[in-house]
Amino acid sequence: MIDILQIFLSESFWAASLRIASPLIFGVLGALLCERAGVLNLGIEGIFVVGAMTGWMTVWLGAPLPVGVLAAAFSGALFGFLHSVLTVPLGLSQHVSGLGITLFASSLASFTYRTALPQVSSPPRIEPFRSLDVPILTDLPFFGPVLFQQTALTWLALILVCVVWWIMDRTPLGVALKAVGDNPEAVNAQGLSVIRLRMGAVVVGSSLMALGGAFLTMSAFDAFFFGMVNGRGWICIALVIFASWQPGKALIGALLFGMFDALQVRLQTEAGALVPPQVFLMMPFILSIIALVIVARRADYPRALLTPWFKGQR
Amino acid sequence: MRPWSAILIPVVAGLAALLLSAIPLAFAGAPILPAYAQMVAGVFGSVFTATETLTRATPLIFTGLAAAIAFRARFWNIGGEGQLYLGALAAVWVGTGMIDGPPILMIPLVLAAGAVAGAVGLLGPALLKTRFGADEVVTSLLLNFIILIFVQMMLEGPFKDPMGLGWPQSEPILDSAALPALVDRMRLHAGFLIGIAAAFVAHAVLAYTVWGFRARAVGDNATAARHAGIGVRRTILGVAIASGACAGLAGVSEVAGLKGYLTSDLSPGFGYAGIVVAMLAGLSPIGVIAASLFVASVFVGADSMSRAMGVSSFLADLIVSMSLICMLVGGFFARFRLRLRAAPAP
Repeated sequence: MIDILQIFLSESFWAASLRIASPLIFGVLGALLCERAGVLNLGIEGIFVVGAMTGWMTVWLGAPLPVGVLAAAFSGALFGFLHSVLTVPLGLSQHVSGLGITLFASSLASFTYRTALPQVSSPPRIEPFRSLDVPILTDLPFFGPVLFQQTALTWLALILVCVVWWIMDRTPLGVALKAVGDNPEAVNAQGLSVIRLRMGAVVVGSSLMALGGAFLTMSAFDAFFFGMVNGRGWICIALVIFASWQPGKALIGALLFGMFDALQVRLQTEAGALVPPQVFLMMPFILSIIALVIVARRADYPRALLTPWFKGQR
Repeated sequence: MRPWSAILIPVVAGLAALLLSAIPLAFAGAPILPAYAQMVAGVFGSVFTATETLTRATPLIFTGLAAAIAFRARFWNIGGEGQLYLGALAAVWVGTGMIDGPPILMIPLVLAAGAVAGAVGLLGPALLKTRFGADEVVTSLLLNFIILIFVQMMLEGPFKDPMGLGWPQSEPILDSAALPALVDRMRLHAGFLIGIAAAFVAHAVLAYTVWGFRARAVGDNATAARHAGIGVRRTILGVAIASGACAGLAGVSEVAGLKGYLTSDLSPGFGYAGIVVAMLAGLSPIGVIAASLFVASVFVGADSMSRAMGVSSFLADLIVSMSLICMLVGGFFARFRLRLRAAPAP
């Protein structure tokens, strides 16, 4: 009991929680934008892989880190565009198209990586983002290590939460975006383009997902591994339901998840002798399912989610 | 969809994906025409390569059926990979010395054990959907990861072969529980015939029984089905049991027919490839047989080409995923017939 209390009081625990949450924040925000506009994007898992690979490879080829981040976002936007073409103007099954994007994106990323680096035993490393180390603030007790020794990408994630919230809650664009996921016919009657709004949301949302992948190779680690995304994308799809499609709650959900994950790593070192290590590895996935079941009954899905819209057809 | 387009579209989609693979081939610096020739030779070159293709198609028939049955009822079972591993785990639980008997008893027993395990694996997400309204896409997907870790835990623990030199693998399946080989000195096994039989049974059940009609009705329009007095929840649970059982059989067939023991790398994504198979088949159980032969040919052919030309073997996954996307686009053209004609004069 004392041990758990000590964990919660330690700075490193809270710093780790925020670090684990960062890629999920990107992913949940991306999934949230797509779904709020009425499009489920199961391409997320593959887009994470593509973002991780593209960001890493751009830097490995000699570009500075911010260019790598932009390249990752652009790669995500490309796959998002493909998904949006298939699901919005063509109105094809969002489930199947999304899974197709995941299979396509992850195999393309793996193929590109293997083609560029045919025979390497240990994956080449890049110099990843370093912690910001803001003068004075870093030296604050507790808040210094937790908040101000994070990398620029974690800060980008936190800023994006505010940006997405501001756009959705405070701008006409946000109102149109939410309306297009609830009642596209009304948006059309307003003279706005349902197709463009939905496609735009999927493209932007997918580029955010790719940033989540880029965080893994450019901030959390310094190299690309096969299977490194390991279901994080799917967890984001569960978290976005848990967050009732709201940016603020998405941040809370991702942070809660990060806390549980950081906690299980610490418990693993304490109780590793009693319980097989795999039990701890399962925890993130079990927690996601539990979170989903808890909110499922009162989940307020965007009303036009999964429903394609065709001009002039009711 | 007219009958001819149900065959034409997947064929065109598959060919388009193969043609598109020239781009990654060129990117990898391989000579394109010899690469294609090598792919064809890798599939049809000899009796060995042909039986290898059928062997590779076997698990895909089962996982393809699992996806096709579920998707027909609009129940999105994306957990075929996990159910496959549960089936395999049940097969080694029953088939490695727990009991022994003549093959005529043991083989049905391991098959049944695997089917039950797979069904139970999908019953969880199905109950979470019907009881709590939890989205089965997410739960069945996340369950894949949980089950794979669980299998790894079992292979490090109670299922570990003490004679396995420390490797995390199960004890070998008893000879009496192993699926017999179909061709002398080849790896093709009876699982392939069981898969074909399962496809025909699934077709008959879906097309000619009341239960099959209910499953299709729930998929086409759940609201209308409910008003017609069909128990939607019960139907979904039934569909989940059938779908999970098929995926579980894929695991049994790989363990008891091909590998002989269970490791945690038994399946290179057969569960996910099954979704591609089902879509290429237009969700028709008979079509699943043809589609799994195509996907297996791509895997075997591209693998052989990759080894010969030094191209990354991820090319096979790339072609398979592109064929799914081409199939989707083709489905669009089937729904809306495009007619080329001059605009009427004003």
